[in-house]
Amino acid sequence: MTLLAFAGGVLSATWRMATPLIYASVGEVFSERSGVINLGLEGIMLMGAFSAYAVAFYTGNLWLGVLAALAVGLMTGLLFALFTVTIKANQIVVGVAINLVGSGLSGFLFRSIFLNSDYSTLNIPTFNNINLPILSEIPFLGEIFFQTNVLVYLTVILVPLAAFVLYKTSFGLAVRSVGEHPKAADTMGISVSRVRYLCVVAGSMLAALGGASLTLAFANQFVEDMVSGRGFIALAAVVFGAWTPWGATGASLLFGAFYALQLRVQAMNNVLLPYQFLQVLPYVATVLALVSIRKRAQSPKALGVPYQA
Amino acid sequence: MRIRTTLQSLFTPVVAFFVALAVGALILLAAHFDPLQAYGALYQGAFADFRSFSEVLLGATPLICIGAGLAVAFRCGVWNIGGEGQFYLGAVVGTAIGIYLQSLPGWILLPSVLLGGVVGGGLWAMLAGYLKSRFGANEVVTTVMLNYVAIIGTSYMVSGPMIEPGGRYPQTLQIGQGAWLPQIFPQTRLNIGFIIALLLSVGLYFLIFRSSIGYAIRAVGLNPEAARYAGIHVNRNILLAMAISGGAAGLGGAIQISGVTYRLFEQISPGFGFTAIAVSLLVNNNPLGVIPAGILFGGLSTGSRLMQMNVGVPSVLVNIIQGLVVLSVVAFGAYRTLTLEHEE
Repeated sequence: MTLLAFAGGVLSATWRMATPLIYASVGEVFSERSGVINLGLEGIMLMGAFSAYAVAFYTGNLWLGVLAALAVGLMTGLLFALFTVTIKANQIVVGVAINLVGSGLSGFLFRSIFLNSDYSTLNIPTFNNINLPILSEIPFLGEIFFQTNVLVYLTVILVPLAAFVLYKTSFGLAVRSVGEHPKAADTMGISVSRVRYLCVVAGSMLAALGGASLTLAFANQFVEDMVSGRGFIALAAVVFGAWTPWGATGASLLFGAFYALQLRVQAMNNVLLPYQFLQVLPYVATVLALVSIRKRAQSPKALGVPYQA
Repeated sequence: MRIRTTLQSLFTPVVAFFVALAVGALILLAAHFDPLQAYGALYQGAFADFRSFSEVLLGATPLICIGAGLAVAFRCGVWNIGGEGQFYLGAVVGTAIGIYLQSLPGWILLPSVLLGGVVGGGLWAMLAGYLKSRFGANEVVTTVMLNYVAIIGTSYMVSGPMIEPGGRYPQTLQIGQGAWLPQIFPQTRLNIGFIIALLLSVGLYFLIFRSSIGYAIRAVGLNPEAARYAGIHVNRNILLAMAISGGAAGLGGAIQISGVTYRLFEQISPGFGFTAIAVSLLVNNNPLGVIPAGILFGGLSTGSRLMQMNVGVPSVLVNIIQGLVVLSVVAFGAYRTLTLEHEE
């Protein structure tokens, strides 16, 4: 294998591996900019991954799987907002609980519905790679950018759209003001809790979609706890990306690169390193990324603080 | 007044637990299981006879160790989610001492193993505490990442440097017999580790509620700005709280090696570190309350094995119940704050 082919392989896998992180972290940008830190991303992604898998399995329709994940994300988001915005409970504690429930519920349902069943296969079809005409023929670049599946392509629309909503619309202005100075926003007639509900729900729908991309676009089966820390890595991507959609995407791509590198090197059969040294890469990279940021100023001022009218 | 508050502090966890069981019953119904049959088997599996109850206490031991430590961190406002990784570090260091220094006499070897566990877990937690106080790195994310590093690192150790010579499985040699914790009752696996866990809880209770060190830790947790204004060193207390909670989790790991498995392998913990979070939160982060809460959750896990075997209900149901318990505790807590505000 030439170096160029290796680099091409790593780079094309980078975008794919970053996709779940991009969905989850861009959604979390909205949640955190409105002042709510959603530590339950991991559990929400797991439930998204499972519900998408289960519905796709029974209907054979991958898009219904996407819808199922969005619906589950919607419900979990409402639950999270109910506890953190209405009841004003500690956001970290609620996040921890959502993770426990998400991991338990997806594992419980998977085992009771699928694992002890007599289905001949537990596999589902996954979204096919779409080779864009002409573009996919470009040497090197074609493989990296134009030969992937629809959920990966969709991130190209999502990120600019998210940035547009956050910076160029009155809703985006409301989100940012609620996260910076809820009292002032309230005085100006913005409903703090309504904005926070919308952001938390949108964020958890995107996280669930990110989880769904794991089962619908990459693996063709659900595996218990398959999200394996991506929810928390997405949280780190938000911080590393300075709470902006583009920044979070950049950070997701960086972390995706470590996943891709790990996969590619593991696939080579003449590796001298024990596989654990590669497996650990994304986690170490995440810690290093958090440590490397020195400026703390960009964090939304009301982040993590329930609003008392 | 005193009695009333004591009753109230008992009321919330008990009601929260039954609310969680009720929601769990709905989930069981939805999955076409009979909740009464399932919970019956769960109860049987935990409390049918003395032997199964000794297994409950055995399973509660790591939960009490980690949970009592987490209570200290949470009281300081440091959200240590890394009990799992700190438990692994304690197990690795404890095993290493138990194997490589096994020529030492037992009265030195056993304490060294346990102390090694404390140091291993404590340092691992302090790393996250240091990254928080020095670089402002969110401890929730760093402790979760360090969990993965610890678990993957353990997998490397038991299949690489520490693998049993000539062995085929990814596991270490047994530690020296001098480092084994003695059994409390014959014919059961329950060992002195359980007593150590109880002593640890009592000790941490007095530390956090009856000492000036604990006062400073709690002050930082309630309001770091005010604590700083009062001359309390915030970062130092964060580090200290992390060291204590990591040390307690590491002790749990070493006890698991010295008292139960006698050797290290992958997946030495089925998620003790995560269950312990629910244990501590259930009793409002009180190290003494962690004892009954740990036994309760130990009972759930032990009982769930029989439930899975006899009724076919996947044992992960217990994880759902843990999460639901935390949610209902939170809801009750918020409800009480709301009613208090009305009374004022």
